[in-house]
Amino acid sequence: MRDLERINNPYNEDKVLAACSIFGMMDVSGRPFSGEPVFRAMENMHDRGNGLGGGFAVYGLYPDFPEHYALHLMYNNQAARYETEQFLEQRFIVERSEEIPTRKTDGIDNEPLVYRYFVMPKISKNLEVSEEDFVVERVLRINSEIDGAFVFSSGRNMGVFKGVGFPEEIARYFRLEDYKGYIWTSHGRFPTNSQAWWGGAHPFSMLDWTVVHNGELSSYGANRAWLETVGYKCTMFTDTEVLAYAMDLIMRRQGLPPEIFARIVAPPLWEEIDRMSADDRELHTALRSVYGGLLMNGPFSIVIANRKQMIAVTDRIRLRPLTAASKGDMLYFSSEEASIRLVSPELDEVWTPMGGVPVIGQLGCMPTPEESTKRQYATVEVA
Amino acid sequence: MSLTLSITEIDATGIYYKELNQQIRKAVSDGTRKIVLKNVTGQRYIGTNLHDAADLDTLKQLEIEIHGTPGNDLGMFLDGPTITIHGNVMDGSGNTMNRGRIIAHGRAGDITGFSARGGEIFIRDNAGYRVGIHMKEYGDKRPVMVIGGATQDFLGEYMAGGVVIIMGLTLKHGESHYCSHVGTGMHGGAIFMRGNIAPHQIGTGVGMPELSDGDIALLDKYIEEYGAIFNIDVSKISPMDFTKLAPLSVRPYKQLYAY
Repeated sequence: MRDLERINNPYNEDKVLAACSIFGMMDVSGRPFSGEPVFRAMENMHDRGNGLGGGFAVYGLYPDFPEHYALHLMYNNQAARYETEQFLEQRFIVERSEEIPTRKTDGIDNEPLVYRYFVMPKISKNLEVSEEDFVVERVLRINSEIDGAFVFSSGRNMGVFKGVGFPEEIARYFRLEDYKGYIWTSHGRFPTNSQAWWGGAHPFSMLDWTVVHNGELSSYGANRAWLETVGYKCTMFTDTEVLAYAMDLIMRRQGLPPEIFARIVAPPLWEEIDRMSADDRELHTALRSVYGGLLMNGPFSIVIANRKQMIAVTDRIRLRPLTAASKGDMLYFSSEEASIRLVSPELDEVWTPMGGVPVIGQLGCMPTPEESTKRQYATVEVA
Repeated sequence: MSLTLSITEIDATGIYYKELNQQIRKAVSDGTRKIVLKNVTGQRYIGTNLHDAADLDTLKQLEIEIHGTPGNDLGMFLDGPTITIHGNVMDGSGNTMNRGRIIAHGRAGDITGFSARGGEIFIRDNAGYRVGIHMKEYGDKRPVMVIGGATQDFLGEYMAGGVVIIMGLTLKHGESHYCSHVGTGMHGGAIFMRGNIAPHQIGTGVGMPELSDGDIALLDKYIEEYGAIFNIDVSKISPMDFTKLAPLSVRPYKQLYAY
């Protein structure tokens, strides 16, 4: 049994000044940029974490392999690597495999082996499965069946880098200054009720979809039970994984828009639903009935990204901070406005979205404060 | 003790919050009456814990001017000084403040005025969630907070005393306030809101009493003060534009407690 008190409070301070930090930056015109401002922004929120988890998701960083699935693997030992590589060779065309470049960094120790593979699925014609579902299924199998191996990134032209350390240390460790991307999201962790381990750092990802999360999901047990009925296996010992699977189910597999996702995980209260127009009332009643098990209780603010979007949303009564801002083509999300101002002192807009109302940045489309600072329930078109 | 009228300027670039607050304390104990902080980026607790640096009369005359974005809990336990921010403030400004003033030429984050028990807070634009949560008063100690724009949900949550004035200047003509659960758990103090607010936006146990003469005088005073501080024309704003929200009972939840 791990001594969680010692892990969460290594210096035995009487008060720990921490609450997780999240930050996101997207150029909605799709131009890749260096992550340097993201590292500085995260370093400015150093005190929100405690060095037990930091990570980044970067989109557009593998332009040489834009359509290959880039699998990032952590291994506890070489045996796990051999077993995983055999598993991969049987199921994928492995275009390239390499150790992920790292550097010795103060503050980072007990690091696993980290490798990446650019792969294409070998799908036989009589197998009725989409390419994406094929990859997801194999990723989940590696994570649950191969001892000492963990896939921590599996999307196309994107990658997650994470581990146990402060985010600025993780950035140095993975030499992230060598990469460019048009979306960067990041997380500094302060684990409250789950273990600190390399795979448990944020972002959590499923194919191209990633999530960073500040807060805790007290509904984890109910959410997990519901998700297991639709085929997900919760293997990561931490609450945020249910968000990752909910995101995968609702937005990737079922193709529902982020507005609907937000209303499933952070639904309006029944008394608000009662005051809606008949159409909206029907929609929200249906969502709460069908997806009741995915209502996420407890405080959270999250930043979700995929290859086209960067989305931020908080719990419906906003028990964790979130600030959004824009400057030209650049969209920012942060736990603290000061970190945005540090990297962009002059902003076009800066705002605080309402609880449960998502801020949606898309390639080619910058969100405005009006869309999320007031609570409004115009019916969302569901295809 | 002799006071000089010196101004101390501190460039906060890259300075950790503990050191910045130590520098402020040292400047105050050295006799500075005005401190100008440049390039502030998220340092917390600015203005707190100055009671060892000078006596109360001195602290009441102290001015702290901030350029940049101060961090959470700005002016926590503030006891006398006036803090002016040329920009926005984040969460928890005025946390448990006792005396003095916080003036933000911009917007404010969540839980502004959290547990304040005295002093005044002026925010030029909008503010976030749970503004005025747990504000309280005792005897002649009565905190007052004026928000120029509007706020988000749970305004005045668990409020036990003090005054919150919401000017509604960022609402368009005829537009309603967008906050809900206003005054949830409130059992003291008063919230004055200019602009439409519907009963369903207000927590249970909160009523809308008529404005008293005292309320009108108070509103007159603070409307004028707001206009003067931010150089905004308030000549068309009348106390009669405001709705008063106050608890219907001082112990709304007494039935819930066991003795």
